[in-house]
Amino acid sequence: MRDFSYFRAASTEEASRATLDAGTMLLAGGTTLLDLAKCGVFEPDTLVDITHLAGLGDITVDANGATIGALAKMEEVADHPGVKAAFPAVAQSLSLAASPQLRNMATVGGNLLQRTRCPYFRDPGAFPACNKRNPGSGCSAIGGVTRNHAVLGTSRACIAVNPGDLAVALVAFDAYVEMGRRRVAIEDFYMLPGETPDWETVLKKGEIITGISIPASMAAKNSTYLKVRDRQSYEFAAASAAVGIEFEADGQTVRDIRVALGGVATKPWRARTVEQALVGTVLNVDAVEKASRLSMEDAVSHGGNRYKIELAPRVVARAILTMGGLA
Amino acid sequence: MTRTIHLSLDINASRYELDVETRVTLLDALRENLGLTGTKKGCDQGQCGACTCHVDGKRVLSCLTLAAQVEGKQVITIEGIAAENGDLHPVQAAFIENDAFQCGYCTPGQIMSAVACIREGHAGSEEEIREYMSGNLCRCGAYNSIVAAVREAASAVTTGVAAKDKAEVA
Repeated sequence: MRDFSYFRAASTEEASRATLDAGTMLLAGGTTLLDLAKCGVFEPDTLVDITHLAGLGDITVDANGATIGALAKMEEVADHPGVKAAFPAVAQSLSLAASPQLRNMATVGGNLLQRTRCPYFRDPGAFPACNKRNPGSGCSAIGGVTRNHAVLGTSRACIAVNPGDLAVALVAFDAYVEMGRRRVAIEDFYMLPGETPDWETVLKKGEIITGISIPASMAAKNSTYLKVRDRQSYEFAAASAAVGIEFEADGQTVRDIRVALGGVATKPWRARTVEQALVGTVLNVDAVEKASRLSMEDAVSHGGNRYKIELAPRVVARAILTMGGLA
Repeated sequence: MTRTIHLSLDINASRYELDVETRVTLLDALRENLGLTGTKKGCDQGQCGACTCHVDGKRVLSCLTLAAQVEGKQVITIEGIAAENGDLHPVQAAFIENDAFQCGYCTPGQIMSAVACIREGHAGSEEEIREYMSGNLCRCGAYNSIVAAVREAASAVTTGVAAKDKAEVA
């Protein structure tokens, strides 16, 4: 790691101001920052430790929904009885992520800003070309080994997957990212790579994530997070799905359905075409499988990641059928 | 010249004063500055769990923690879990009893993780142990024995706690 200064922020305002300096980065759990500093991807001049700021780690759940402070640890949220009861997919997305040690360190605010696992992005020494790291330098992944690259939301400049699990569940249930003076719907918080893949979110210099709020809904209460990966635990998603369903009083007809995908796209991906195909219907296996395939209508393969186009709809279908009592 | 910082760290019930480069991780401070070499450096990237320590009672990875971040917190390493009279921690004893290692390099991290896993209440079944020990890799593949050791230690700790509770009631 390159040499840097370290200090502890005394207030949220001080931390926010510190980000105006190009060489300064905020340090929370450190699980992404220090990892990428060791890889040579980040070369901060100053780290501002925000983990001692008061009042940013609270978790409250009531009839209106959940508010989660940015500094709440992944494990604390995963284990919170209120979150587990009202937002099971959110709790599951966290407990299926990383390892217990990392979940004890990483904060949910930092989790939303975690960077891609694209091996070309992570290795500046071997692969100088990376538009996300060094705008305009090219993309080493295109034409390279693409087994874990995105099939949705890609551009000529970047095909890196957003590796998050929590954000996928949050996108499904219309959560907001709180940034002090403003809040943004999480779906709009993330940006497609386009020609500027270095610009991943709408968070501006001088802004800091203060928390997450998730509105209560019946779909969120009756939800699941299904994650399929190369090994049983402690691995990023090959494909994942957050699904929540609210049924009409008849217990069969879908009143509200939410579907979001992880592990396959450049940002946490809401699959609205799947939702639209199933809302108002009575679920059956054939219709669910057919609707789930709509999630991949715009998918583009780059060779090694072709399997995701087959895998993801199956993950979506299995999650929907599970919540519908058909699997 | 590289930037340095003075730290007062509380580790295994002792206070250590040290001057280190600001960028030094807790792992490197333990091993290189304080002579506490029981904590191992495997991947140094948060992927293997060999460097697992406890900070304020929670298991964390010391390779992704700056030494500066733990000032004011209680750090426990593998050197700090046996009893003062030298009696092994039940998890250490269970690892020996079950031959839960081959080369032994991952063992301190496995034991620190297992102590926390049991304390968290995540050692109720073989499946649960495998899930909650998944952050500790063993390249020798001693997993079956590690799971057996954690199961045995979990029941020993539970029985021990029950016996202690009974004694306190009596």
